[in-house]
Amino acid sequence: MNNVSVSVRDLSLSFGAVTVLDTLNLDIQNGEFLVLLGASGCGKSTLLNCIAGLLDVTDGQIFIKDRNVTWEEPKDRGIGMVFQSYALYPQMTVERNLSFGLRVAKLPAAEIDKRVARAAEILQIQPLLKRKPSELSGGQRQRVAIGRALVRDVDVFLFDEPLSNLDAKLRSELRVEIKRLHQSLNNTMIYVTHDQIEALTLADRIAVMKSGVIQQLADPMTIYNFPENLFVAGFIGSPSMNFFRGEIKDRGGRKVIEVNGVDFGMEAYPARGPLETGRKVVLGVRPEHVKVDENVPGQEVHDAIVDIEEPMGADNLLWLKHAGQTMSVRIAGARRYAPGTALKISFDMSMASVFDAATENRI
Amino acid sequence: MADTIPLKGQAAHGASRLAPGPQGRKPRPMFSSRNIMIYGALIFAAAYYLLPLYVMIVTSLKGMPEIRLGNIFSPPVEITFEPWVKAWATACTGLNCDGLSRGFWNSVRITIPSTIMSIAIASINGYALANWRFKGADLFFTILIVGAFIPYQVMIYPIVIVLREMGLYGSLTGLIIVHTIFGMPILTLLFRNYFSSLPEELFKAARIDGAGFWTIYFKIMLPMSLPIFVVAMILQITGIWNDFLFGVVFTRPEYYPMTVQLNNIVNSVQGVKEYNVNMAATILTGAVPLIVYFVSGRLFVRGIAAGAVKG
Repeated sequence: MNNVSVSVRDLSLSFGAVTVLDTLNLDIQNGEFLVLLGASGCGKSTLLNCIAGLLDVTDGQIFIKDRNVTWEEPKDRGIGMVFQSYALYPQMTVERNLSFGLRVAKLPAAEIDKRVARAAEILQIQPLLKRKPSELSGGQRQRVAIGRALVRDVDVFLFDEPLSNLDAKLRSELRVEIKRLHQSLNNTMIYVTHDQIEALTLADRIAVMKSGVIQQLADPMTIYNFPENLFVAGFIGSPSMNFFRGEIKDRGGRKVIEVNGVDFGMEAYPARGPLETGRKVVLGVRPEHVKVDENVPGQEVHDAIVDIEEPMGADNLLWLKHAGQTMSVRIAGARRYAPGTALKISFDMSMASVFDAATENRI
Repeated sequence: MADTIPLKGQAAHGASRLAPGPQGRKPRPMFSSRNIMIYGALIFAAAYYLLPLYVMIVTSLKGMPEIRLGNIFSPPVEITFEPWVKAWATACTGLNCDGLSRGFWNSVRITIPSTIMSIAIASINGYALANWRFKGADLFFTILIVGAFIPYQVMIYPIVIVLREMGLYGSLTGLIIVHTIFGMPILTLLFRNYFSSLPEELFKAARIDGAGFWTIYFKIMLPMSLPIFVVAMILQITGIWNDFLFGVVFTRPEYYPMTVQLNNIVNSVQGVKEYNVNMAATILTGAVPLIVYFVSGRLFVRGIAAGAVKG
């Protein structure tokens, strides 16, 4: 277990009768960037607070660098944390903000100056050192907040939705900066967000959470292409995956999923087990895995009608009527279709997902 | 494009695109019925409240012969500060004839320690209740708040006994303790709510930085809390300065606060009623809360403006 940086074992947390985290297990490797992704109230921030030591756990253990820190104070855990609201001390200058923890720990002044200077250099905030937080922009404030974690010289960085308070442009800028920071420092980072773009772009691995339980823990591409269950499939991707509720039928030895009288051939689908006839299932296809008016050999062709067109610049999003429901298709931005156009579509079943309708798990 | 819409300030070259008719700010008449109603009501209300003060000031500057003429609204013909001097230094209450000055210094000696002690304790209470959710915090808080709703009169006699047993009855220390205790519920509530309104993440960040209970209180919370300390100070200084009941019940005559002494001057039955001295004495007694309001009101606004960091 030498390579494990943070290990969460059988962690439970409940407030009175409400269980927020339920026997949760999670091992995070040294230098890994792990993203906890989920809707608000799924327990992802709670888990982060438990790791930070800001919340007392009800059951289970937390190890950081093979040391049991379950009962340790936050400062003794070797962590630094960045908050959504920046949480800068408003009465102190940037410099005092950065050095506060070091001064509390009574480090020698020379060491404090050295560390503050280094953090300021990495984050390029040297010109701001004498300013108060109220004189900084949102992006600058978040940079200082990251700096405060940086000066602590810790093994593990915890980010609690650090970019959620920033506007879209700054958010993507700082996202890149955080990724660069991770590449140069190679610390373990645990990053909580509800933004799937942040999760997909930053993470080595993503843990998708729902009601205090990790639904799937995998690298971003696996999460995106091979979601373990219906929740993960629907949560990741924008616009979200197209879902068709149907039943597996046998058409003379050929397995299909019948949806409102339309057959979807399943030859190309990499099923984990046999597809039993009569099983109720949900077929999921991402908008970009549908071809429009293209002849792909070996893929069956369906008829569909354009309902709404949403040009988005690089892409063009078509909302089609097919098999008695509305589905979205992503095509190149230059290809335009007027509403009402009839067109031929084909599905790339090798990239599709099929879930059991009852258990909602991938089959 | 040929038909671009001119930006503001660009219309100067070429013909103006403005059509004849209304443009710009809508004119409002100064003497509209709306304005007359609003200002009329405000001026009336202000006059209604200021009139007694005017009468007091005017009367306190008159000599007794002038007052006997009975024109209470007329300004003084001959301004005299004699009543003020008498009220402060020589007016008699019971056996003492050193005026209000004795009561003033008593009140100062009661108000300052009571205010400091009650604010210091209540702010730490509120901080602990808001940020350190210790076991039984809710119960403790509920008990404290219930305390705020018990009428004072119910508690007077038990407190007299408690102070007597402690050997503090009749002393300034006893009264200071009583004021400190009675300020506790409302001030704790005030501070708890204020500290709860500060971003919780600030507190968490300080804990990650390794700060403990007192470090967070003194280094993080206190510097951010000037506004609420000013509010608490106003509440306590005015409340304790204006207190009459506790002052008269829990102290001996030589320690009477200013309010009690004022009452004894105004209500003394011997000799003539010296209205001018009474008015001067009343203004002197009320001056302290007034000054507190005027001075700290500005601080209060400044405190609020400097307090917050928003996202």
